[in-house]
Amino acid sequence: MTTPFQFVEWPCPAADGETRSEAALVFNRAREARLLVIPPLFEEANKLRRQIVEIMRRLDDAGIDSVLPDLPGCNESRALLAQQTLEGWRAGAAAAAEHFGATHVLSVRGGALLRPAGLPGWDYAPQDGPKILRAMVRARIISTKEAGAPETREEIEATGRSEGVQLAGWSIGPALFATLESAEVPARGDGVTMIDHETLGGRPLWLRAEPDFDAAQADALAATISVAMRDVR
Amino acid sequence: MTAQTSAPADPTGPARSKIDETLRAILRDVLGLSDERAAELTPDSGLFGHLPELDSQAVADLLTEMEDRFDIIIEDDEVDGDHLETYGGLLALAEAKTASN
Repeated sequence: MTTPFQFVEWPCPAADGETRSEAALVFNRAREARLLVIPPLFEEANKLRRQIVEIMRRLDDAGIDSVLPDLPGCNESRALLAQQTLEGWRAGAAAAAEHFGATHVLSVRGGALLRPAGLPGWDYAPQDGPKILRAMVRARIISTKEAGAPETREEIEATGRSEGVQLAGWSIGPALFATLESAEVPARGDGVTMIDHETLGGRPLWLRAEPDFDAAQADALAATISVAMRDVR
Repeated sequence: MTAQTSAPADPTGPARSKIDETLRAILRDVLGLSDERAAELTPDSGLFGHLPELDSQAVADLLTEMEDRFDIIIEDDEVDGDHLETYGGLLALAEAKTASN
């Protein structure tokens, strides 16, 4: 049996006005219905990677193409994470939507912060910037305390804004840190609706300490999306 | 969900069994436990420092989820190692915060 998806490259805008090649996982049979999936940020991208691909497999079976792009500084990207900004990631998500001809968008968790305007779709369990940072700064407080060199939230935040900071192993530059502090999920116009976790049921996979997978949740989310995208096919 | 002994209602907050039940449900989700295994957690069950998968990020996410489910704010300086090391410590933190809320 062949793998139904491929890894391809796509031109992602870079800060210097050039483009750089980034990878994307695509289910592409040149169909009319095409979904851009914007992954969560940081650790949740890893935790939910398999779940997202399982959702995409189900959509493929339902006649929908989908693409999961690497953001610069993430996964196979050769760009430095510490140099990435929220604006750059937003530009990347918009460019990916354009390049792959997306008709719809699904953002997952913090990916909602990057959702391009003008496409209908879904925010799945969206999370805003302050909430993402709060937990990551807390992780650093816990680990520095454990290591015997405790830092306060104020110290970590000041460092984050001035020179950037490593939170739970993720190098976050000053611009990204500062914008995350006030980053809100964009307004849901243009036919974008929220899918909260309670709608799907089961255990929230982002809470799991290790990556996990839930077939029933993937079925439920894919069903919601494929029914709504039926008109395009 | 879990086989809890019924605790008398606490006039200062939700009944202890409810907090206990919710906390077990959170740990079940975080650690990927079965309902049975979650029900078997005792006050001495080791958490942070005892379970390799429970790293600082997982503990931070756990505390954030507790804030959401219990509608509390846990200040950074309110959390010490004892709260995180065992289930009993974490339950004491949840109880103290919900009672003072």
